[in-house]
Amino acid sequence: MKVPGIHARLSTGFERFQLDVALELPGDGVTALFGHSGCGKTTLLRCIAGLQPCTGRLSVNGNVWQDDDTSLPVHKRPLAYVFQETSLFPHLSVNGNLNYGYRRTPMAQRRIHPSQVIDWLGLSHFMDRRPERLSGGERQRVAIARALLTSPRLLLMDEPLSALDQTSKREILPYLENLRDTLDIPIIYVSHSAAEVARLADYIVMMDQGRVVAEGGIQETLARPDQPFALEEGAAVIVPAVIRERDPQWHLCRAEFDGGSLWLRDDRQPEPGSRVRLQILARDVSIALAANHNQSIQNLLPARVMDMAAEQRPGMTTVRLQAGQTSFLSRITSRSAHQLGLGCGMDVCMQIKSVAIVE
Amino acid sequence: MSPEWQTVWLTLKLAGITTTVLMVIGTPIAWWLARSSHWLKQPVAAIVALPLVLPPTVLGFYLLLLMGPEGIVGTLTQTLGLGTLPFTFAGLVVASVIYSLPFTVQPLQNVFATVNERMLEVAATLRASPLDRFFSVVIPLARPGFLTAAVLTFAHTLGEFGVVLMIGGNIPGETRVLSVAIYDHVETLEYGKAHLLAGGMLVFSFIVLLALYLINGRLNNGNLKS
Repeated sequence: MKVPGIHARLSTGFERFQLDVALELPGDGVTALFGHSGCGKTTLLRCIAGLQPCTGRLSVNGNVWQDDDTSLPVHKRPLAYVFQETSLFPHLSVNGNLNYGYRRTPMAQRRIHPSQVIDWLGLSHFMDRRPERLSGGERQRVAIARALLTSPRLLLMDEPLSALDQTSKREILPYLENLRDTLDIPIIYVSHSAAEVARLADYIVMMDQGRVVAEGGIQETLARPDQPFALEEGAAVIVPAVIRERDPQWHLCRAEFDGGSLWLRDDRQPEPGSRVRLQILARDVSIALAANHNQSIQNLLPARVMDMAAEQRPGMTTVRLQAGQTSFLSRITSRSAHQLGLGCGMDVCMQIKSVAIVE
Repeated sequence: MSPEWQTVWLTLKLAGITTTVLMVIGTPIAWWLARSSHWLKQPVAAIVALPLVLPPTVLGFYLLLLMGPEGIVGTLTQTLGLGTLPFTFAGLVVASVIYSLPFTVQPLQNVFATVNERMLEVAATLRASPLDRFFSVVIPLARPGFLTAAVLTFAHTLGEFGVVLMIGGNIPGETRVLSVAIYDHVETLEYGKAHLLAGGMLVFSFIVLLALYLINGRLNNGNLKS
């Protein structure tokens, strides 16, 4: 019987570092391994790939890659790995790099072909070049294409954008989004960038000191006031929404989500009907006991207080609010929370100062 | 063939065979020395380097004993029906392989140490088996090292004298190589013939080394520039 999903119970250790995780990850979509540097996220990825020796059990969509008796060597695992820094073979052209893995993939297993990846990742005009003559972003696109040409059952990406400058990052992100929507294989994406995670991930695993501290769907997990990253400056929720109308007079557009609508600036001029991910920072959400329309904030929504958690920094409180089926986080001072008499189950008015489409 | 050309041909044949054999056995030794952290690594490295410091006569003396009728190797070759190796061309090849071992292993070990471990991991994730990784990634990346190792081994074998004298003697067409022939000519005061061979070897060695430096220079530049 095939058990879908990725089941991993893995341990490894080296001097002064111990990794111990037990994970059940979805068998499709993008899973982000998120955490500060040194938290073990790259080590976990290397364990999954078989690049780092470890003990335990690992199965991917029903195929056992490692258990007590066996551990498949790296080259026998049907996975692809995109490394953090440039990893193209310097002695081969772009074309030679692409073919390296493709030639080694048995004919019957090939589901992804060069013409497709060249098209997906826009490589056609530098196929004959040497890797040294490519920009950082182009090199990483070739590395991704090369990895995909092994027709993997699992795509592992270790901070593929972190060595790139802002321009290259912006250039490559749309390609990644495209892949997420085109490929039907699970992707595990290591990152310490909340922005990348917000944009790409469906599922998130938060790690600290070699352990998993929180995991779940990206929306629910980011909206948990007790998850470790909600208590930091950049705490934010991700809200999937659909653009419903545009208001050219005021340069605004309306995005509808499960629980209401939000107006946001029309900078990117999204087509009505298009799906977007909205990011709402906890510090941009304030709370009033009743709707007050005599003010500048446009987005006022009825919501219910679900959870409250004191932050590590004294004097601040994170509140989880729910509108419809969607959770929001609000960061307010503990004095405000006290003066408003906030408590779980209270109905309040949520005031959202700023909404951004994730990019 | 004139005796002079016979000597030249024999010398080139010896150097060529020695280089080929050493490329085959030196490569895995160099790879192991470059990658392993086994406790035997330092002792093995020291043994490989011994021919660099030992007088060739010492090496030749012990090889003569080992390969002679009473030696371990000699007993073995006799049991196998191969006779004994000293004073044969095969014996010279064996001795040359040992004598020139460091000239193959050390350049290869140095270049292997520079091959980025990441490249091997990448190749593994692209379905390449360990042997496949070695041939498709390590050898292309280590090309300058292979060239250096081959040229040094070849040139060093050409110039070998002490070991040859101890183990091969001076049998024309069998073990009489250039360096021994030159020594003979000088001893019999045939300076003209000695000049011919010695001068030829000097020019040949210079050309070989010059070619090596030019090619390596180009390879390195190519790697940095393009």
